[in-house]
Amino acid sequence: MQTHKAKRVDIIIEAVMEKRLTNALHKAEVTGYTVLPVLAGSGRSGQWTREGEIGRAGGMVNVSCIVRPERVDPLLDAAFAVVERHIGVVSVVDCEVLRAERF
Amino acid sequence: MDGTLAIAANNLTSPIILFFILGVAAAFARSDLSIPEAIAKGLSIYLLFAIGFKGGVSVADHGIDTTLVLSLLAGMVLSFLLPVLAFALLRGMTRLSTIDAAAVAGHYGSISIVTFVAATSVATSAGLNPEGYMVAVAAVMEAPAILSALWIVARFGKQSADMEEGLIREILLNGSIVLLVGAFVIGWITGDEGMQMIAPFIQAPFQGVLCLFLLDMGLIAGRGLREARSVLTPGLFAFGVIMPVLGAGFGLGTGMLLGLSPGGVLLFMTLAASASYIAVPAAMRVALPEANPSIYLTLSLGITFPFNLTLGIPIYLAVANALAGG
Repeated sequence: MQTHKAKRVDIIIEAVMEKRLTNALHKAEVTGYTVLPVLAGSGRSGQWTREGEIGRAGGMVNVSCIVRPERVDPLLDAAFAVVERHIGVVSVVDCEVLRAERF
Repeated sequence: MDGTLAIAANNLTSPIILFFILGVAAAFARSDLSIPEAIAKGLSIYLLFAIGFKGGVSVADHGIDTTLVLSLLAGMVLSFLLPVLAFALLRGMTRLSTIDAAAVAGHYGSISIVTFVAATSVATSAGLNPEGYMVAVAAVMEAPAILSALWIVARFGKQSADMEEGLIREILLNGSIVLLVGAFVIGWITGDEGMQMIAPFIQAPFQGVLCLFLLDMGLIAGRGLREARSVLTPGLFAFGVIMPVLGAGFGLGTGMLLGLSPGGVLLFMTLAASASYIAVPAAMRVALPEANPSIYLTLSLGITFPFNLTLGIPIYLAVANALAGG
């Protein structure tokens, strides 16, 4: 099976920032992404869990994008402008995709 | 005094408070009891819908007067000013940074709609008939405090608040406000006729739904307290109890100046005493991400909310009855 090199960018960010982040991605012409709920985690500020959260103030989501390698820098610039002051994690990993024309 | 104690005892042994205490106890005992997120959301939608609609019907019955408009204005002004008092208290009583103190202060100018619903239930049980438009006062008091908190940061802080254009729209159009105000307007338009059509749905189940919702709130408050005990200094704890009492004092003065009924004064006191834990935390995460959410959530949800629910409301009721009931 023919595969093609790509980059997957995972951005775990507060739920209240989700719309702002996806808007910024659209402006940077990154139109393909997947938003996943995050159940629980632990970081510099200690452990947290979705259980017991009220409203959207404390929840987190994972925005995952797969792009061609040359599109990573504009994506990260756009994302960083939104997430810079907020808690969260941004990671970039190499991956391979089957249908390159879709990314 | 005996009357106050009797009201406090009645309140503490009412099902809604006992279910709240059950939730807190279950959380402290690390029970796996939980209300599924979607059901909790459904319960809150029901409560907002019911309380908004009943308020609107009450206004339809009694008509509009200048007191309504003045109450709305007074609520807005209180919401703008209470954060300034809260900020001054926090700077005097605690070692919180400017940004944390401003974020906490914003919560105390805004309101807790669940505390308002509980106070309405207590007022009705005590035979009082609060002005229906207090629902609208609750709605207008939600947002101004957020602007005050951001102003405090701009005035006293070294960092700027992230005041983007979409934030105000999000605050004003958050789901709770839209439903509360929308149900209020529908109740106002349809009046008694509308009430007769849906009364079996919004009257009989109301107390039971409130019990379940407060069980969930107890679980959330208990878990929040258990996990965030480390941030609670004696100064912060004292603030979480003193600030609602001071706020209630301002609510009392405002309600009496406006000439509201004892039930209306009780609700004004409760609104001014309560602290937000839904709308303001979300706004603060966007506008002041450097502020520590465990401090403001623990204070508003873990200290002030249980205080108001168990001791505050009976005290406010006794005071409102004594001073505005004559």
